[in-house]
Amino acid sequence: MATWQKFLKSDPVAYFLVTAYALLTTTLLLRYPRTNLATDLIFVLFLGTILILHKSALAKSYKLLISSLILGLALPFFGTLNPFYIDVATFIGIFVVLALGLNVVVGFAGLLDLGYVAFYAVGAYLWAIFSTPQAGQIWPAWSSHFPLAPLWFFLFIPFALIVGAAMGVLLGLPVLRLRGDYLAIVTLGFGEVIRVLATNLDRPINITNGAQGIKSIGRPPLFFAPFFQALGWNLSESQLYQLYFYFLVLIMVGITLVVVRHLNDSRIGRAWTAIREDETAAIAMGVPLVKMKLLAFAVGASFASVMGMLFAAKQLFINPPTFDLIRSISILSMVILGGMGSIPGVILGATLVTLLNLQLLPRIAMELGQLNLPPYIDPTRYQRMIFGLLLILMTIFRSEGILPEDRRQKELHEK
Amino acid sequence: MNVNNISDSEASLARRTLGFTLQNIFKPILQIILFILCSILFLSFIVIFLALILRGSHTEIDLLNNVLVILPQVIIDGLVRGFLFATIALGYTMVYGVLEFINFAHGEIFMVGAFTGAGFASILNHFGFLKGFPAIPFLIISLLLGMFVSGSLALLTERIAYRRLRNAPRLVPLISALGVSLLLQDLMRMIVTATGLGFNTSYRTPDMGKPWQIAKFIIPDGRQAVMSIDSRSLNFIIAAMIMLIGLNYLVSATKLGKAIRAVAEDRHTASLMGVNVNQIISLTFLIGGALGGAAGVLFGIRVGTIDPYIGFLNGLKAFTAAVLGGIGNITGAMVGGILLGFLEAFVASYLSLFTNGEFAGANYADITAFSILILILIFRPAGLLGETVAQKV
Repeated sequence: MATWQKFLKSDPVAYFLVTAYALLTTTLLLRYPRTNLATDLIFVLFLGTILILHKSALAKSYKLLISSLILGLALPFFGTLNPFYIDVATFIGIFVVLALGLNVVVGFAGLLDLGYVAFYAVGAYLWAIFSTPQAGQIWPAWSSHFPLAPLWFFLFIPFALIVGAAMGVLLGLPVLRLRGDYLAIVTLGFGEVIRVLATNLDRPINITNGAQGIKSIGRPPLFFAPFFQALGWNLSESQLYQLYFYFLVLIMVGITLVVVRHLNDSRIGRAWTAIREDETAAIAMGVPLVKMKLLAFAVGASFASVMGMLFAAKQLFINPPTFDLIRSISILSMVILGGMGSIPGVILGATLVTLLNLQLLPRIAMELGQLNLPPYIDPTRYQRMIFGLLLILMTIFRSEGILPEDRRQKELHEK
Repeated sequence: MNVNNISDSEASLARRTLGFTLQNIFKPILQIILFILCSILFLSFIVIFLALILRGSHTEIDLLNNVLVILPQVIIDGLVRGFLFATIALGYTMVYGVLEFINFAHGEIFMVGAFTGAGFASILNHFGFLKGFPAIPFLIISLLLGMFVSGSLALLTERIAYRRLRNAPRLVPLISALGVSLLLQDLMRMIVTATGLGFNTSYRTPDMGKPWQIAKFIIPDGRQAVMSIDSRSLNFIIAAMIMLIGLNYLVSATKLGKAIRAVAEDRHTASLMGVNVNQIISLTFLIGGALGGAAGVLFGIRVGTIDPYIGFLNGLKAFTAAVLGGIGNITGAMVGGILLGFLEAFVASYLSLFTNGEFAGANYADITAFSILILILIFRPAGLLGETVAQKV
């Protein structure tokens, strides 16, 4: 690791090499936009530019410039050529925010939350219910007001934030006074409860429409479409929405990054670290234990809730199985793989796991499908096994993650 | 020191040990039976009381008689569920007792036990032996097989995934255990789909005999409320009882049990007293795993169809039972399991009756367990039988 960091130290050659790499991958990507294995690889290399930038010792302004060009210009443009990859990129963004949110709980404060997806479900259902006639079934007298107009989407973002945080506090209050292991099992149960409620609350009042799920969920308004047409860009509505959601997610990633970094560097972040490393010592030092734990829980939950809203609007359809345990586990795997508590690590983990889920596994399945193997050897169906192995191997061999946080690495290797 | 004195005290020690042993074995058993009777009476009283109150709002059906006619069967159902949770909960509680660690994979150990039994039965069926196989030997062989496989698996997971994480921060082994649990679920899924048992494996058994009628009551409107128990459930209860008595003897009256308790009390001091701590921890996993495996076999025989994901929910509920009784406490796990079983059976049967079918009871029975868990953690975190102990620093 050290050698290539030295290689990318701040000199003209390094600038040239990184720029060339970014240009090369971008050109290749735009030149061959068809979905196939080669494009998959180039896409990964293309995203790898960000990692190289992070690892290098180049000037901050240069890093910022290249990453914003890549993420803000090259990738969306590629998205107009091939809708599949921009979709993957959007999902990577969604999971980066979710993983960063879970990282606040698990990585910073050291509380194991296994029902994280429940908060995601709360946000998703919140928007799904109010942006469809579903809300009219709950309050028949008001049914003429629903579905809400698309513009409400932006008003619902702070609302989802508050509801998510409130749910986090409500769940956390009884359990956070106790030891961490109880929290793990209670959150696991809570995730299940939310899913069971979503499946069964179609009676006596139809709130969630039960197992059928809610469809035709409202999307935010396309207020910039006329502007695009004036510029002469003829993009179809679905392309516009794809770019729209991509940029919404990108903005969310940016906001989350800023919030999480500032939290971690603040007094609150230090309190979390103290709690994580030694609860008793933290109390002795005057850290308000329950308050800080609740805060971590609420921050994580509110991120998940907002992303759930975005997810529902993007997918247009949600149903209870969307929010099952395996999704909580996959978000946890992202955090563990990248490195608990390490922000760049978690981003890398989220990217790798999402690529694994959306690209690598279906690709392998497709290739295997041509070999006429029996149907039970389909890797997309063995997510649990893959995440299970990942969790075991990471905890045993590299529990600090791929891109560890300095303090965490020292903590795990002291004997 | 006077030699006589020593032999005297040894003799009295031996005498005391015998009485002590008997007391240690039978006192908890009596306590549990008493507890079962009390909970039956208490819950029955509550549902009858509710029926009397709600009678006014349910004019179209005769609520009280409808409640009474299924009551005996609900009690039996609760008893079986209770013993299921109790046997699984013992595995959680024993491991927690010695390591202070929640073994997430224990539900899957239970699941593997169920599939071992189902696999054995289907092999017998394949060769045509199953039809004529006598029921009791079949049950005993299945149980032993399930206990052996699950116990060894639990031992193996401890060796591979937990032992080297023993000194890591608390979160780390928990995550590893979660990984083991997921891995086992899908490994088993792969095995059953590859061997043709199918995702929903049916558990074939030889003929187990007719249901056994225990009692018959005449309820006010003249119908009969029959309390009967089918032989599968009866086997379940008897086998679970025997195992619980055996475990109680092992832990409270043998030298090995003393070593286990010593390790649970204080690992370092126990090792200074000549207890092989690693061996005892392995043994704890073996015993807990074997109990889980046996519970799996009994569960599989009773429900008839099993799938690789049965361990998750049953494991969660059994953990709830362990917390309910006071985690780390063996009698507590049994008490908690039985209480949870009764509560679940009553909710599953009566919720939809009392709400006019608005809430389907079976769906909300699962939620009951978690609501109980959260309530217990708020009001009595140490559980029903647990003592409040200061956290080890």
